[in-house]
Amino acid sequence: MLEIKNLHVEVEGKQILNGIDLDVKSGEMHAIMGLNGSGKSTLSNAITGRENYNVTKGDIVYKNDSIIEMEPDQRALAGIFMSFQYPTVIPGVNNTYFLRAAVNAKRKYNGQKEYDAASFLKLVKSKLKEVDMDSKYLKRAVNEGFSGGEKKRNEMLQLLCLEPELAIMDETDSGLDIDALKIISRGINNYKDKNRSFLVITHYQRLLKYIEPDVVHVLIDGKIIKSGGKELALELEEKGYGWLEQ
Amino acid sequence: MNQNKNAVIDQRVKEDYKYGFVTDIESDTLAPGISEKTIHFISEKKKEPSWLLAWRLKAYRKWLKMKEPDWQNVKYAKIDYQDISYFSAPKKNELKSLDELDPELLSTYNKLGIPLDEQKMMNGIAVDAVFDSVSVATTFREELKSHGVIFCSFSEAAVDYPEIVKKYLGSVIPHTDNYFACLNSAVFTDGSFVFIPKGVKCPMELSTYFRINEAKTGQFERTLIIAEEGSSVSYLEGCTAPMRDENQLHAAVVELVALDNATIKYSTVQNWYPGNPETGEGGIYNFVTKRGLCSGKNSRISWTQVETGSAVTWKYPSCILKGDNSVGEFYSVALTNNRQQADTGTKMIHIGKNTKSTIISKGISAGKGQQTYRGEVKIMKSADNARNFSQCDSILIGDRCGAHTFPYIDVRNQSATMEHEASTSKIGEDQLFYCNQRGINTEDAVSMIVNGFCKEVFNELPMEFAMEATKLMEVSLEGSVG
Repeated sequence: MLEIKNLHVEVEGKQILNGIDLDVKSGEMHAIMGLNGSGKSTLSNAITGRENYNVTKGDIVYKNDSIIEMEPDQRALAGIFMSFQYPTVIPGVNNTYFLRAAVNAKRKYNGQKEYDAASFLKLVKSKLKEVDMDSKYLKRAVNEGFSGGEKKRNEMLQLLCLEPELAIMDETDSGLDIDALKIISRGINNYKDKNRSFLVITHYQRLLKYIEPDVVHVLIDGKIIKSGGKELALELEEKGYGWLEQ
Repeated sequence: MNQNKNAVIDQRVKEDYKYGFVTDIESDTLAPGISEKTIHFISEKKKEPSWLLAWRLKAYRKWLKMKEPDWQNVKYAKIDYQDISYFSAPKKNELKSLDELDPELLSTYNKLGIPLDEQKMMNGIAVDAVFDSVSVATTFREELKSHGVIFCSFSEAAVDYPEIVKKYLGSVIPHTDNYFACLNSAVFTDGSFVFIPKGVKCPMELSTYFRINEAKTGQFERTLIIAEEGSSVSYLEGCTAPMRDENQLHAAVVELVALDNATIKYSTVQNWYPGNPETGEGGIYNFVTKRGLCSGKNSRISWTQVETGSAVTWKYPSCILKGDNSVGEFYSVALTNNRQQADTGTKMIHIGKNTKSTIISKGISAGKGQQTYRGEVKIMKSADNARNFSQCDSILIGDRCGAHTFPYIDVRNQSATMEHEASTSKIGEDQLFYCNQRGINTEDAVSMIVNGFCKEVFNELPMEFAMEATKLMEVSLEGSVG
């Protein structure tokens, strides 16, 4: 699904990632753990193709093709989704309208018929339940006046509607209360299947209580310094990051 | 309502200025040039009463002594007033019914999305179609008349309702007001006349569609709307012109009068040809004076404008709040792309007690567009407890455009409450990336974000125009992101 080879990324002249290797197979869930400033968000932004995140060396291969020259919207259409750490507000743009535009862009790309407003509303309402969201959020502007937890649920709702094959969850657990955390985790667990992969980026072990990553990687100073099973996360919880840093 | 608006966005058409065609029709066009003879000619052509001719001549003589203003923040080539034709009309305009309308004209308005033939007329909207210097058709007249509403061309009104015209013409915008209003007073050709009698809520939207067709012709329309005590009306205007290499002048005057408890809502979707996007050649100079007088107590005048066209726009739809408790509103979206320039805003003059005004202005600059918001709020001594709220937001797309804001505030009564908010922002990289990451391409993302930015104003527009405005924004923003 996703193969990252010796990835070096520079942001505004500053080297952030110093040779990342990662191989996420179909149906796998990988967790990337690390402290603030270790390069976690840079990694997700590089995969999704954000401006100013320049790949200086190495490659990102998605479904057997290099994507580093692809525009961000093309990467999204190809099936890569990122749940944002800080979802942005778009004033005046109706949340449902936005979501339908996104889903229809993807359907068009896949040669499928686009949804009209009524049939789309049906789809969204069925997904709302999965993330325990009130339908009043559909009528608001995108993320406007949403609490931290509501924003993350809205991200999850978008994920469920867009049905990506690779979902990057960027610090999804930050700013979530325990109920919201459970809801999001449940969403991830229900969504995951043999054709869908997750890259879960997190600072804390707490999300990993509810979801089961196949592989856990520890990112320090722009490099993966250790990879292991779920137990690695527990070890980190116990000992902190310090013991790995020498 | 939003669902419908959104549906329209879905069916959007991405194309260049699509109203740029020329109608091939035989016209009576006066040779270019302005003199007293020109004015006599226009007045005779319209069989005007002699007082009106005298009024025109007075304005003309005043105009000769005036200087073209240069304080506005726009640059344009000098206008040669002797090189403009002041009258052009399609031949054969004596119609007994709409069926006799020249098929070329019918098809022109069909292409513009304004059907004039009986079968296809838009439900609930009466249209006055002004083609170059004359009104060629007004729909639903009889039905309106049965409610006592007069909706006709200005020329007809001058002949059929001279007392009303005489009473109100120039009462809000005197011929001496400014250079272009003065020129208009001398040579105005046609426009719409609306009279809503006491207590009548106008049963349908009234609308005028302005079309410039002939080359080298200026359009000088004059619109007068009077709402008597307790009446209300919603009026909207649209405008387009062919693509031509030369600049054409559109210098209109619109006067509104609202008596006690009357409401006038005036909406504009202005889409004059903006000129060549690369060279800036051609396009309309849109120099317009619009002013409403809330003369009665509890009266209300609301201006909503969506300005996407014209090479140069220069206009300040204003309200004089004379009646106690009267309300003035100005909602504006102005877009300047490529080489367009706009200097626009409003004036709110508070005279009566407890008068209230609201200004919401949204400016969008893209390409090399330059835009200025200029607004004046004046609270006179007599205006106890006046309130104003102003909000001016600008959004910049790219780094070659500009936005400027000049608010003037003049308060002469201490009991006034004034609020002013202003913001200028670039379209956010984070917003664009967020849309991109959801598979929405940058061009669609920009129009989505801009439409969201304009929503407060679009919500003020009548439904059909809100859709048109949304579509227009997309077409006008075309190619604004590299």
